[in-house]
Amino acid sequence: MKQFMVFVRKEFYHVFRDRRTLLILFGLPVMQILLFGYALTTEIKNAEIIIVDHAGDMASQQLTTMIAASKYFDINARVVSDEDIYKAFKKGKVKCAVVFPSGFGNDLQHGQTAQIQIIADAADPNTAKTLTNYLTAIIGDYQQQISPTANVPMRIEPVTRMLYNPEMNGSMNFIPGVMALVLMIICTTLTSVSIVREKEMGTMEILLVSPFKPTYVVLAKAVPYLALSLIDLIIILLLSVFLLDMPIRGNIILLFLESTLFIICCLSLGLLISSVTRTQQIAMMVSMMGMMLPTILFTGFIFPLENMPVPLQVVSNAVPSRWFYVIIKAVMLKGLGIGVIWKETLVLAGMTTALLIISIKSFKTRLS
Amino acid sequence: MSEKAIVCKDLTKRFGDFFAVNHISFDVDQGEIFGFLGANGAGKTTAMRMLCGLSYPTSGEATVAGYNVFRQQEAIKRNIGYMSQKFSLYESLTVRENIRFYGGVYGLSDKQLKEKGDELITKLGLEKEAKMMVGSLPLGWKQKLAFSVAIIHQPRIVFLDEPTGGVDPVTRRQFWDLIYDAAANGITVFVTTHYMDEAEYCNRISIMVDGRIDALDSPANLKKQFDAASMNEVFYALARTAKRSAD
Amino acid sequence: MDTVILQHISKSYVKEGPPALQDISFSVKKGELFGLIGPDGAGKSTIFRILTTLLLSDKGTATVAGYDVVQHYHEIRSCVGYMPGKFSLYQDLTIEENLHFFATLFGTTVEANYALIKDIYEQIAPFKNRRAGKLSGGMKQKLALCCALIHRPEVLFLDEPTTGVDAVSRKEFWEMLQRLKTEGITIVVSTPYMDEASLCERIALIQTGQILSIDTPANIIKDYPGKLYALRAPKVHQLLKDTRQYAGIRLCYAAGDKLHLSFKDEGKDHPAELLSWLESKGHQGVHIEEITPDIEDCFIAKTSTHE
Repeated sequence: MKQFMVFVRKEFYHVFRDRRTLLILFGLPVMQILLFGYALTTEIKNAEIIIVDHAGDMASQQLTTMIAASKYFDINARVVSDEDIYKAFKKGKVKCAVVFPSGFGNDLQHGQTAQIQIIADAADPNTAKTLTNYLTAIIGDYQQQISPTANVPMRIEPVTRMLYNPEMNGSMNFIPGVMALVLMIICTTLTSVSIVREKEMGTMEILLVSPFKPTYVVLAKAVPYLALSLIDLIIILLLSVFLLDMPIRGNIILLFLESTLFIICCLSLGLLISSVTRTQQIAMMVSMMGMMLPTILFTGFIFPLENMPVPLQVVSNAVPSRWFYVIIKAVMLKGLGIGVIWKETLVLAGMTTALLIISIKSFKTRLS
Repeated sequence: MSEKAIVCKDLTKRFGDFFAVNHISFDVDQGEIFGFLGANGAGKTTAMRMLCGLSYPTSGEATVAGYNVFRQQEAIKRNIGYMSQKFSLYESLTVRENIRFYGGVYGLSDKQLKEKGDELITKLGLEKEAKMMVGSLPLGWKQKLAFSVAIIHQPRIVFLDEPTGGVDPVTRRQFWDLIYDAAANGITVFVTTHYMDEAEYCNRISIMVDGRIDALDSPANLKKQFDAASMNEVFYALARTAKRSAD
Repeated sequence: MDTVILQHISKSYVKEGPPALQDISFSVKKGELFGLIGPDGAGKSTIFRILTTLLLSDKGTATVAGYDVVQHYHEIRSCVGYMPGKFSLYQDLTIEENLHFFATLFGTTVEANYALIKDIYEQIAPFKNRRAGKLSGGMKQKLALCCALIHRPEVLFLDEPTTGVDAVSRKEFWEMLQRLKTEGITIVVSTPYMDEASLCERIALIQTGQILSIDTPANIIKDYPGKLYALRAPKVHQLLKDTRQYAGIRLCYAAGDKLHLSFKDEGKDHPAELLSWLESKGHQGVHIEEITPDIEDCFIAKTSTHE
């Protein structure tokens, strides 16, 4: 046990004495979160909007005036047919449309619930999301104006429709994706490189020719990176919550347990890479190209899996981060418990066990 | 034109307050085999880098092949050859491809390349291996080939940095035969080695200690001067006085 | 029983081409300082890796300290010390951290066996907080030796410990090995420097995966085939070229400031004939005498008859 602790301490020396490792470890998550979080949630001003007024009554006109008066929107056109919306969208200039159904004012006064349709070009999901939020807020304001007291039964119900990207992947959905990506990179790349470095430097020869069991070498390598990854997880969560207003609606202990499972899964992958590669360069290439690309492509946070051809969807099932993404979104954004995500957890646990067994088995007790 | 291949006066390289090379002065004649000895960390590599035009001296003067080490580094590089134990040839190219590549780098014409290449392959007895990857040749052959390639453009001086490390005794001697041939053709040979018997093969030897040249003469005279039976003893006598040990 | 025993060990890395080791057999007695002498590529490192259980041989068996290298590799790993050919310590750890790490790894402490490494460690102790990557070649070797010795191994395997180290550090290193021998540690050491052979009790000369001879240095020299002469003249290189033309020469090569040579058939008065022949070629002040060969001469004689 003492041997094990000394080994773990040695690993920490390596990490803290190498600036590049530190940069990947702590610079990368911060950079990624800020990049994905901030770059994609900037405020939008003077977005072009189309008004389709089938009602043409006082209520619809008042609301239109309010939209036009807001700093967020410029009214591009008032059209009458729904076809025109699509034509305008296809030109690309117009990002958003508001449709008042006929009898909007009437419904508002008599039918208690009036519907209004908001259509957004969600090819750029973040813009779409932001714009619909603005519109919803304006509609809310209008409602307040016409009925200042709260319990008046008059209500407008905005029905939002996202064109082209019904999943509405926005920055809120990005953060879990980035978490998966960052943990993946740190765990696989750093673990595999640190083992392969021992091979390259020749120190692996001495480690093997010592009574320290090869299995322990693997575990002693994994422990420090597990700890460091958990620190990274905390950094990411703090940044997301306090800087990007990301909610953690579910159980935080569940969140950590699921993350730990995912981290162990990635560590095992890193160990596996290290036992089949000889140089740090190749280990780096395999982890970066072989792991990062599938993670970005098949996790679902950038490219929605639902829109992919079936063969690719099948492939995506083999990518651990795809399952982790579903889990973490459910816990953080929807506040769901293990009862809902037990299936995904089981898949991830199965993958982890398999990878860990394979990687320990394939770790060589001799040189060739 | 001066007959000196290398003229070096008070050449100095300083890193901070550390004198890696401390005011060294020596001349090397054209066609001479000059042994450049010293313990690890004595400053041999730093001095050699300056002479090859790879780094600027802090102070002092030196000309190599008649060119100034401060102002004419490019001209120096065209007129020297260089070979070390570590950097030799591309392992994944064949013998002939390596010859063609290095010859091409030094601007040999296709015709010259063909002639020189054939001549070199015949001389080294590599006819059968000409199309083999260099990586699959035994170490001794690689080193002999590397040396021949380093002088393919008939440089005025060839710098050899521990060219025979780890090579078996027979091949080591064949290597020195090549060195003698090159010197007989007028190429100046500047060589470092850890084998003290090889020091005896040189016309003159300098021994560096702590950045200075503490001895410079023919092996016979050095042995007389230090009252030693072999170069090994001369080297001990001098290297023992070294104060610094860092590389 | 001998501490290290190899029987008919063969090993190939590639399917085609010559094997790295061909039918190697030798044994090392307890407490012996045994040298593997040969150039790079002779197979020295492969032998070490097989003995330290890092590689499996294709054929043959080997035991170290009574344990089989295949079946009982775990026992061997606790009782041997190994210094690979390349400097193999952690460059970003200090001298002290490296030593402490390896001591713990082998289940011991620096204090427990300090007496064994005291002489060596004291030489590098002033730099104990310096990172290993910043040490000179000689100091690195000393640190590596300390780390290999820290668990007081029964057998010490040193793969080319003196390669790339200057002559002074090499001498110091061999003096350290002589002291360790008195502690009863069996030492197997390899070197490409033939002049270091005489510092071993017994040696094996190796070339291209085959053993040329195994014996004490003195016996190997005694078994030198025929007589060896040293030839001197002012123009050594020209002398070498001319002497090689002489019909009765078996071997002739440079050795420092003179030539070493041997003749094809003994009995005739070759030296006198050679002298007059050389004088007719214009050499003056030529001197010839019979000398005792050194290990390098023996190696050259062996490899020349081998080819």
